Amino acid sequence: MGRSVLLIEDEPNIIEAIRFLLTRDGWEVDTHSDGTDAVEKVRAGRPDLVILDMMLPGRSGMDILRDLRGIDDLKTLPVLMLTARGQARDREMAEKAGVSRFMTKPFSNAEVMTAVRDLVAQASKS
Amino acid sequence: MASLNLLLLVCFGYVALLFGVAFAADRMAAKGRSTWLRSPLVYTLSLSIYCTAWTFYGAVGYAARSGLEFVTIYLGPTLVMVGWWWGLRKLVRIGRSQRITSIADLLSSRYGKSNVLAIGVTILAVIGVTPYISLQLQSITLSFSIFAEADPTRGYHEDSSVIWVAAGLAVFAILFGTRNLDANERHHGVVMAIALEAVVKLVALLAVGIFVVWGLSGGVAGTLARIDASPIGHWRVDGGRWTAITFLAAAAFVCLPRMFQVMVVENDDERHLRTAAWAFPFYLLLMSLFVVPIAAVGLDLMPAWENPDLFVLTVPLSQGREGLAMLSFIGGFSSATSMVIVAAMALSTMLSNHVVMPIWLSSRKQGASQSGDVRKVVLLARRVAIGGIMALGVLYFQLSGGGAALAAIGLISFAGVAQILPALVGGLYWRGATRTGALAGLGIGFAIWLFSLLLPGLGNGLLSSKVMAEGLFGLGWLRPHALFGIEGLDPIVHCVLWSLTLNTMVFCIVSLASFPSPLERLQGAQFVNIYDHSAGPRGWTGSVAQSEDLMVMTQRILGAKDARALFQREAALQGGRGHLPEPTPAFLERLERQLAGSVGAATAHAMIGQIVGGSSVSVQDLLAVADESAQMLEYSSKLEAQSAELSRTAGKLREANEKLTQISLQKDAFLSQVSHELRTPMTSIRAFSEILRDTEGLSQEEKRRYAAIIHDEAVRLTRLLNDLLDLSVLESGQVSLNVSSGPLSQVLDHAVSSALPGDGRALTIHRNREGEEMTLRSDLDRLAQVFINLIANAQKYCDADKPELRIETRVEHDRLLVDFIDNGSGVPVDSQALVFEKFARVGAEKAGGAGLGLAISREIMERLGGDIRYLPGQGGGAFRVVLPGRGKMAAE
Repeated sequence: MGRSVLLIEDEPNIIEAIRFLLTRDGWEVDTHSDGTDAVEKVRAGRPDLVILDMMLPGRSGMDILRDLRGIDDLKTLPVLMLTARGQARDREMAEKAGVSRFMTKPFSNAEVMTAVRDLVAQASKS
Repeated sequence: MASLNLLLLVCFGYVALLFGVAFAADRMAAKGRSTWLRSPLVYTLSLSIYCTAWTFYGAVGYAARSGLEFVTIYLGPTLVMVGWWWGLRKLVRIGRSQRITSIADLLSSRYGKSNVLAIGVTILAVIGVTPYISLQLQSITLSFSIFAEADPTRGYHEDSSVIWVAAGLAVFAILFGTRNLDANERHHGVVMAIALEAVVKLVALLAVGIFVVWGLSGGVAGTLARIDASPIGHWRVDGGRWTAITFLAAAAFVCLPRMFQVMVVENDDERHLRTAAWAFPFYLLLMSLFVVPIAAVGLDLMPAWENPDLFVLTVPLSQGREGLAMLSFIGGFSSATSMVIVAAMALSTMLSNHVVMPIWLSSRKQGASQSGDVRKVVLLARRVAIGGIMALGVLYFQLSGGGAALAAIGLISFAGVAQILPALVGGLYWRGATRTGALAGLGIGFAIWLFSLLLPGLGNGLLSSKVMAEGLFGLGWLRPHALFGIEGLDPIVHCVLWSLTLNTMVFCIVSLASFPSPLERLQGAQFVNIYDHSAGPRGWTGSVAQSEDLMVMTQRILGAKDARALFQREAALQGGRGHLPEPTPAFLERLERQLAGSVGAATAHAMIGQIVGGSSVSVQDLLAVADESAQMLEYSSKLEAQSAELSRTAGKLREANEKLTQISLQKDAFLSQVSHELRTPMTSIRAFSEILRDTEGLSQEEKRRYAAIIHDEAVRLTRLLNDLLDLSVLESGQVSLNVSSGPLSQVLDHAVSSALPGDGRALTIHRNREGEEMTLRSDLDRLAQVFINLIANAQKYCDADKPELRIETRVEHDRLLVDFIDNGSGVPVDSQALVFEKFARVGAEKAGGAGLGLAISREIMERLGGDIRYLPGQGGGAFRVVLPGRGKMAAE
């Protein structure tokens, strides 16, 4: 079971916070802050989990998620989606697009950590 | 000496002859062999009912009393026939095309089928003609008395005799005039009888004249000598009376109900007028030829107490010429009876059509259900009316004492009937004449005539001598023979002058001041322009009913299927030859009813009438059609208006809904944006505060760094909240401006130092200090806020290596322009329109603002009465701030 996480997020302070948390928990954290080439980044990096922000410059998180699910060997990749928009419709759309977990900002650190652990554990079991 | 019995026998024999002629004429007319009945000669002779007992007896009396003035009575009609025959032709044309039954009907029809006017004219005519009827009664009674005095075998009472004469004439008129009820009110028999009487009276008068000239005076020379010797030769001519009476006679000739009856209603062909135009004046000439000789000889031979009105009778009698006297009597009798018959016929038609029938019809709820019913009522009404008219004549005879000169009585009638003239002539030639005007004119004329001529003529019973001498209510200007203080005029001239002048004036003024109804307008146009609307004289064309045409028309109205079914059903009912029925009256009636259900009764009638031919479409039909179409039009335009209203409302609703949806979408987007902008700093704050709380062994360096992040994000949050509140206040318009005066340079200094705090960053600012030397009057703090935002944006977004910002100031068209131009790459063309929208951060996402700065600036400039806009094509990011009136506020 690998322990690599790709964080796709554009807010520097949030990147720093999540990186700090996951690194201390033993995860190998890679970050990316542009939407346009995010899918390429995932395919190249082969992370065990992707944390994906909804609002990104260049391309929206929702579109990136759909693209990922359209790639054969990425269909089951755990994707944790974060959003600062508080709309219920976003959650529905994300679930329809095949999100693994959907979380609203601001989140509690423990929540994010638990989610990352659970999702990677589930993925390695199946 | 002829006995009274013989006289009566001759009378009855004569009446029987008249009946025979009338009966035969009616029979011939019914058989269609009536060509000679409708000759111009008969028409001309029928006009001679103008010559009544007045002209037969009275003219001689008139000449004996007033000399040549009697000529005026003949002059009036002659002038009309010769000088106004085209006017008469117009009357005849209108009478035929509008199916006019009387002069009251004519005026009523012209003035919008007004029944009030018809009743008014009828009353005026009945009262106006009453003295005239009385005149006939008086002359017959007098002529009887001449024979009675000469016959001692029989007791004779003048008072009762007038009643007997009236009763006899009434029966005579009823038998003649109301035997049948002709739809078009034409009476061939009666016309023929009066034509015969016209010949009889002319022959009788000529016979007496010839006897007087050649039998008594020894020829023309002797007669002229006698005339010179008599007072007649010395009468001088009174110009006023001559003019007035000639005019009166002319007016009466046109307006008298009986003249209208024979001239217009009984007219068969308007071309007859052309013959009558010369023949009738010639007849009048013959009638008047021997008047002066008879009068002169009478004055010479007869004792002074003898009534000159009866010279025609008494001169032959005094010479022992009983046969001639008898002929003369029959002539006078003819004159009186023909007048009474036609007058009674005309008046009773008016009374029954305009007074009795409307009352009777409105008193019955269902209206006329059976035509036989109506027929009986009409005949009864006419007979009663004739009786009533004769009774009025008797009443007048007794009130007036029966002693007046015949001509004087006749002139009273003429003056009364002449009141119709203004409304009649106006109606024929002036489209602006209105019903109200006609009523008002008639009313005033009639009142003056009653007061100044009729009532004073009835002796002391009706108008007291006090009124005569001092005026009504003691007002001097209301004396019957000296109205408005004009004294010394002859009563007839006086009455004619005032009544007709005021009548005409009031008629014109009221007509101009009142508005005609649509029907009046239409009828007015029909009457005035009658020659445009009616064809010349022609008979009915044979009716060629076209079943196929009917079918086509019916299909158009009912639809092809229903029309075919209807026609097949009708064809089957008629015996089933083919599938088109014969156009029998019964079928046409059913078809009309069927169509009436779809297009209205009048339209259906008019449409069938047009196809079947026979009956032309009358004005009334067209009017009814117009009414129906107007109603339908009104209804459909109402519907149209309603549906337009509905679609307008629907459009408004759709628009409102779209706006609401848009606002709702905008609101959703805005809330979503706000949520994002708030949650992002809060996320950092929460995450780092949890790290600080939960993580042990953080270095001092790390702790300080994370606390700094928390602080910065908290500041960002606060700024965002402030901006949001600011924008909300500005957008709601509730912002209160703090207006003050100050130099522009100072405002810009403040803005630069606020936007670029502390040590100078990379942005270099170029300013034009000279241009900034001006005093502004505005909310300077708000203006500075806009400037700060623009300078800060330039600092954030200008991507040049050595970023520079030029601030240029100038005045143009009384407006102050402040441009902020940097040397970066500027705003992409497709985003230029968006930069002033909320959260519309273009380009660099990391600039740190909430994306509300320009939105707020735009709101501020709007409040200050100015503007802010992006300036494309300046080579870099460029914004222009515009202030009105050199910075003065528009709201000031």
